[in-house]
Amino acid sequence: MADNSKGIAIVGGRVIDPSQDIDRLATVLIKDGVMEEVTAKPLAKAPDSYDVIDVAGQVVTPGFIDVHTHLRDPGEEHKETIETGTMAAARGGFTTICAMPNTVPCQDNANVIEAVLKRASEVGLVRVLPIGAITVGRHGEQLADMAELAAAGVIGFSDDGDPVADPNLMRQALSYASGLGLPIMNHPQEPALTRGAQMNEGPIANRLGLTGWPNEAESSMVARDVELAALTGGRLHECHISARQSIDAIRRAKERGLNVTAEATPHHLTLTDTWVLGEHGDDNGVVRSGAYDTSTKVNPPLRTQDDVDALIEALADGTIDLIATDHAPHAITDKLCTYQEAANGIANLETAFASVLSLHHRDAVSLPVLIERMTAAPARFLGMDIGTMKKGSTADITIFNPDLDWTVDPSEMATLGKHTPLAGTQMKGRVTTTIFGGKVIWDIAAVAPIG
Amino acid sequence: MARRSTSAVVSTQERKPTPSKGRQVVSTSGVAAARPGLWSEGKRHLLDLDEMSRTEIEEILRNADGMKEVLSRNVRKTPALRGKTIITLFFENSTRTRVSFEQAGKVLGADVINVTASSSSVSKGESLLNTIRTLESMQIDVLVMRHPHSGAPYFVANHIDAAVINAGDGTHAHPTQALLDLFTIESHLGSIAGKKVAIVGDILYSRVARSNLWGLKTMGADVTVFGPPTLMPPELRDQPDIAKVAGSMEEAVDQADVVMMLRIQKERQSAGHLPSMREYSTRFGLNAKRLKLARPGALVMHPGPMNEGIEISPDVAHGAQAVIEDQVANGVAVRMAVLYTLAARSSVGR
Repeated sequence: MADNSKGIAIVGGRVIDPSQDIDRLATVLIKDGVMEEVTAKPLAKAPDSYDVIDVAGQVVTPGFIDVHTHLRDPGEEHKETIETGTMAAARGGFTTICAMPNTVPCQDNANVIEAVLKRASEVGLVRVLPIGAITVGRHGEQLADMAELAAAGVIGFSDDGDPVADPNLMRQALSYASGLGLPIMNHPQEPALTRGAQMNEGPIANRLGLTGWPNEAESSMVARDVELAALTGGRLHECHISARQSIDAIRRAKERGLNVTAEATPHHLTLTDTWVLGEHGDDNGVVRSGAYDTSTKVNPPLRTQDDVDALIEALADGTIDLIATDHAPHAITDKLCTYQEAANGIANLETAFASVLSLHHRDAVSLPVLIERMTAAPARFLGMDIGTMKKGSTADITIFNPDLDWTVDPSEMATLGKHTPLAGTQMKGRVTTTIFGGKVIWDIAAVAPIG
Repeated sequence: MARRSTSAVVSTQERKPTPSKGRQVVSTSGVAAARPGLWSEGKRHLLDLDEMSRTEIEEILRNADGMKEVLSRNVRKTPALRGKTIITLFFENSTRTRVSFEQAGKVLGADVINVTASSSSVSKGESLLNTIRTLESMQIDVLVMRHPHSGAPYFVANHIDAAVINAGDGTHAHPTQALLDLFTIESHLGSIAGKKVAIVGDILYSRVARSNLWGLKTMGADVTVFGPPTLMPPELRDQPDIAKVAGSMEEAVDQADVVMMLRIQKERQSAGHLPSMREYSTRFGLNAKRLKLARPGALVMHPGPMNEGIEISPDVAHGAQAVIEDQVANGVAVRMAVLYTLAARSSVGR
């Protein structure tokens, strides 16, 4: 483990920093918690003043940023705490996470925001940036005190888990937040089209007798939101896009020059609704006892391969700006039940990167683009000087071995949420070291032998 | 009525069930051992017909024939399942299915315990799981279960050693209803293969329709479905190997050997799927005039409970071609056959 009084020299790795268009073998030097240099020159000067981390065969990037995390703290500490959630983030390579406001009490006032920031600072593992609620209690009726929330440090507003269903309220929210320069991060889901919905609408839902959640319930609200962004000039961010039709709406919004961004999750980029049938998505035409796998229940639901293909294409061309996890931990009992009763969400901070790295392994998205969507792009969204290795910026670094084979074992995950459809799945590529502010906060070698 | 061979009770008792330890045991005995399915390769439950082969369905129908003979005796009792415990666990109201399972178990000599859970006690998954674990600790052999959530028996089957029989799960499946429908068709028409079966009504939300589609397909019937577009899975139009989608009631019933009417749930109207029950009856109901389009002597079936005057007119429901009461009677025999097969296997090696 590195001694923080010394610098850190990361040698032998492929350095990818999309913020500076860097992709080459280089040495990364960290001093006093900030970036000193990325240099192609061999490490020569005063090596004794650096702890050397040899990362031959690995990739060194700015620390990942997740703009969509559920930490459940305060209020649902049996599902996750700021401590376990940030530990999971560190293990997943994330040095910055944005905490969604559906806590209890809800992050709709400065007191709760201050409490979250204080607790995160005490734990001190990664940077936690809270997201404020759009409406009081996330009830979708009355705007929260958004300026007060902004002053307390929120990076945007969301009623996540619930859409802002009332179009007038959405209009006012976009307009009001535009005066604060902050985005409205909406969860696009037309409630009337998704009553009782449990999974993607389509043949598999019909085969399983589960109520469907049609793509159009998402895309119709995205289209509405885009028009309201045009009307107000507000900053619109669409959360966890899952449907091809939504991508079309966002693409057109960008062509119009509107201030619209969008995110996609690792699961929507890699899994389909066949996973609800169990057996890791093996659709053999028969509903077997592994079907109704509650770990696949997520909102929005896992879609079809056609949607996944559209999402990957949109990620590659930038229509989808960034990858966000929507890490949603729950208690075991929340998933140990019928599909209808099961809570929505996947605990994925520790598998997120390996999931999306599969897109690189099969040449669907290049590695630098993938890294950009997890570093420079979310940093741009946040308007912060992070997600970069520029000289003088805070030394948040993620190192991963792109070829390391490993198997997802929920019992080994730091998050309290043990529910993932990837349990038992072979993954290729894993974060090995995470550095936050010049301090090593995760080192896989310290807990398990590599390989 | 076509009669099949010997008493199944005798013949099944002669077969030796393979000792079973959990789900991975492969049976080397019995007629179904040749291919994977319910009664082989460790499957010990009856969750739906999609995982049953034709051989396996035929085995149940053959055994049900023998069970029917038992039911016709003066003393309707056999000791086949003496010492076995069957629990019926119903989270939804039911008359015919629950009573039918209870009678089936009792005629076979099993101890049958009926548990009805109010919906409030199952509002949390943990309590369902705990209910199941509590019941299992009482050494039960078979759990017959009905639940308003699709897939609930699949969840339970993953957490229990007893055999699970799905007696209806949400809008997903109702396999014993489909088996008794198959049995009824075969009893009256001699065979199922090649027969034109029209299923009419709420195809999308009907667990009876879904299980019947699998069963009829496996048995080689020629299935046509018809119903309002709001209650029809759109993908069926692209799956002619499962069923043909008719454009009108007349087309659906035309030259049919069997017309199977489904119960229309009143809540479909309030949920916006239907304009009115009057219009439903006009366009999707079976009456004497439409029945004339079917083959002479075509069977009229309904899983019950019926909305007489809505999906089926009273004269047809109680007419000469209706076999609706036969369906109920056959339900007991078919469930005896299912219970016998599962209970006999589940307890060996315990």
